Amino acid sequence: MSTSLPSPETIFRAELPNGITVLAYENLNSPSVVISGHLWAGAISETAEQAGLSSLTAGMLMRGTERRTFGQINDALESVGAQLGIRSHAHTVGFGGKALAEELDLLLDILADSLQHPTFPAAELEKLRGQVLTAIQRRADDTSSMAWLAFDALLYPDHPYGRSVMGYEETVSGLGGAHLLSYYRDHYSPQGMVLAVVGAVSPDAVLDKVRRALGDWQAPGASSNRSIPPNVRLDETRRDTVIVEGKSQSDIVLGWPALARCDADYMTARLANTVLGVFGMMGRLGDNIRERQGLAYYAYSRLEAGLGAGPWTAVAGVNPANVERAVEGILDEVRRLRDEPVPQEELADSQSYLTGSMPLRLETNEGVATSLLEIERHDLGLDYLMRYAGLVNAISVDDIQETARKYLDPEVYALAVAGPELANG
Amino acid sequence: MQIEKHTLDNGLTVLLKESRHAPVTTFWVWYRVGSRNEVPGITGIAHYVEHMLFKGSRAFPKEQVHKEIARNGGVRNAYTWLDFTTFFETLPSDRIDLGLRIEADRMVNALFDPEEAALERTVIISERQGAENQPTFLLSEEVVGTAFRVHPYHHETIGDMCDLETISREELWHHYQTYYGPSNAIAVAVGDFDAPSMRARMEELFGPLAARSNPPSVNRPEPPQRGERRLNLEGPGRTAYLQAAYRAPAAKDPDFFPMVILSSILTGASGMSIVAAGPPNRTSRLYRALVETELAAAVSGSLSPMLDPFLYTIAATVRAGRTLDEVEEALNREMAKILTEPISEQELEMAIKQSKAQFAYSSESVTNQGFWLGYASIVAEPDWFEGFLGSLEAVTVEDVTRAAGTYLRKRNRTVGRYIPQGL
Repeated sequence: MSTSLPSPETIFRAELPNGITVLAYENLNSPSVVISGHLWAGAISETAEQAGLSSLTAGMLMRGTERRTFGQINDALESVGAQLGIRSHAHTVGFGGKALAEELDLLLDILADSLQHPTFPAAELEKLRGQVLTAIQRRADDTSSMAWLAFDALLYPDHPYGRSVMGYEETVSGLGGAHLLSYYRDHYSPQGMVLAVVGAVSPDAVLDKVRRALGDWQAPGASSNRSIPPNVRLDETRRDTVIVEGKSQSDIVLGWPALARCDADYMTARLANTVLGVFGMMGRLGDNIRERQGLAYYAYSRLEAGLGAGPWTAVAGVNPANVERAVEGILDEVRRLRDEPVPQEELADSQSYLTGSMPLRLETNEGVATSLLEIERHDLGLDYLMRYAGLVNAISVDDIQETARKYLDPEVYALAVAGPELANG
Repeated sequence: MQIEKHTLDNGLTVLLKESRHAPVTTFWVWYRVGSRNEVPGITGIAHYVEHMLFKGSRAFPKEQVHKEIARNGGVRNAYTWLDFTTFFETLPSDRIDLGLRIEADRMVNALFDPEEAALERTVIISERQGAENQPTFLLSEEVVGTAFRVHPYHHETIGDMCDLETISREELWHHYQTYYGPSNAIAVAVGDFDAPSMRARMEELFGPLAARSNPPSVNRPEPPQRGERRLNLEGPGRTAYLQAAYRAPAAKDPDFFPMVILSSILTGASGMSIVAAGPPNRTSRLYRALVETELAAAVSGSLSPMLDPFLYTIAATVRAGRTLDEVEEALNREMAKILTEPISEQELEMAIKQSKAQFAYSSESVTNQGFWLGYASIVAEPDWFEGFLGSLEAVTVEDVTRAAGTYLRKRNRTVGRYIPQGL
């Protein structure tokens, strides 16, 4: 058994001449291999009128290439129990797959083929569009999805983070093959692409295989969009209520614009968020709303610090009659985090949680791959996992209070609620 | 790696498996009690009792379980289902003793404080209301309730709302006293430990717990189904859903493994992870017949290993602009085909290969291994899971043909339709 963390000695990193960064970590304990990575063709490059374009483009890559049909790709993967998926996020298009280690060539071949030679067959586009439109239709009936959709629109008006990556019925309906092809040609480039391979394959073999599969890819007409959208401000409280008829429960999303992963406040905010709505059974929010008041099955908080400043949110699902009580419970806990220093012991608990849970997060090949990609994307350094505990433990009670005061305002917030209409309004 | 099996004097079954790939250990305690042990009036009580075991025991006051585990860098959870209730902690290996101490204490010393029981009632009601927001939950509840008239598999594990509102603290306490105790439990540890020391520590912590008398067993077998059952459910939204649930063999039935092959061919291989979604099923027959033809947006199947015969359920989401009738007709054509034409050797081999890959993925996580080892011990025996691949490899085309003829006929199924009222 090895207790050592992935470090500069054990993480292999190389850059190919065409701009692809390869990360590899060997784990011989399981006969499988995971690949995971991203390139810079996410939804920030699409316009509001074409919301869903990036997502639809990514979804079409494995639905036909110059060498294989959709059916042939599925046959090749599933006949050996392998899986591979490509999907768009706000900034990046991410891909991930796994297979038995001896099938790594197959995974890389299909990934390379899909990224370099997609053909966007018209019939496949209609199949996928129908699935996406059905998903959008289901979303309209889902209180949690609708609360998030409304919250993002409230907090980020006229901003890429305020739009759905999947898109909307009217935008997705209007996207044609020509739009997808031109989006692909403009934005899919190996420049800045990252590919992590973790599992029972040596780093030398990984580099050799990746080079053969993707080393020749050139996309001179495309540019990687690594821009960061501007931060937003919230000067007054904004509320939105989405009526979803016939439901038993309402979903609440309440939050603020916060910070990017590279922000100096990040680790403090993450620790403050752990205290607020993660630690144990969902932190102080869980204690208040679930344990003491019995109002909800779930009440937690979430800090989404990505390349740009994402939201810091509190979330709960409650009986429609208890929405206001739950909102008050959330705001009370926010006030307490701002007004009272976190007891030293409570802070130490959350610190132990963040540092102590690392072996669990690194147990599987997927867990290691996720950490390697985070390190690369945010330029944290290959020794980050070794430094991590020190970073967490250096945070003080005062830091937490200061950060809570900076980002969490109980008087000014965005609040979205989705659920049935109350009889008394 | 070998599984070590012991039985303590008080009846506790202990299963140990060393797995030293990461400095992590998982510890599970499985109780032979689930919603199968419930009668009308107390439906949902097994799940309610599970919640109460987080609300304080003699050595771990309220909320201490969550906090102690988190401050030691671990995760914990519990699941209640038809055949079992289970609790686990996964921790860095040098901290796993905490998991053992928590489970030993709450096996017999849970407090069931009346105030806590009252507060937890509304939490569970909220959990049920969250589920009710999902049309697929509502439809499944109706389908399973229609498929089982006699057997207690009839009701959802979460319980009926009227019972959640009225179950008393005394009933919870009685249920706990009846079903919790060493002789009705299986303790499982998988991970980076030394088996003899782990065994000694478990003897030390669990050995002194007094045996309780054996709990009553459930014996209300479902009579054979004699004809297709159908139901409609109306509800909000614009999306229609179809479920077809075929009565299926129990885990220990020799027909179970041919059914696994059928399920894999029709709706795709089953995942082995307790958290991740199942693997893609785009080469499965029903994906081709329903999704590729643009009638459904998605199709999936579920066949779980169970103590008693349960269901193989096919679930489809009707694509926007298509109808339930169109989806059901296409489903029926495909199901007729599997009854009349034998599957190919190639399909059989692919199903086995896919399962092998899922096993390999699953073995990366000790938590997954602990789950399956305990689950297998509840519905069959500990080596049922380890022998899973071997049992699949022994299946022949003829076995599959026979199983299809036995289980996949219309008269053996319940069809439920969710008819959205938002159209």
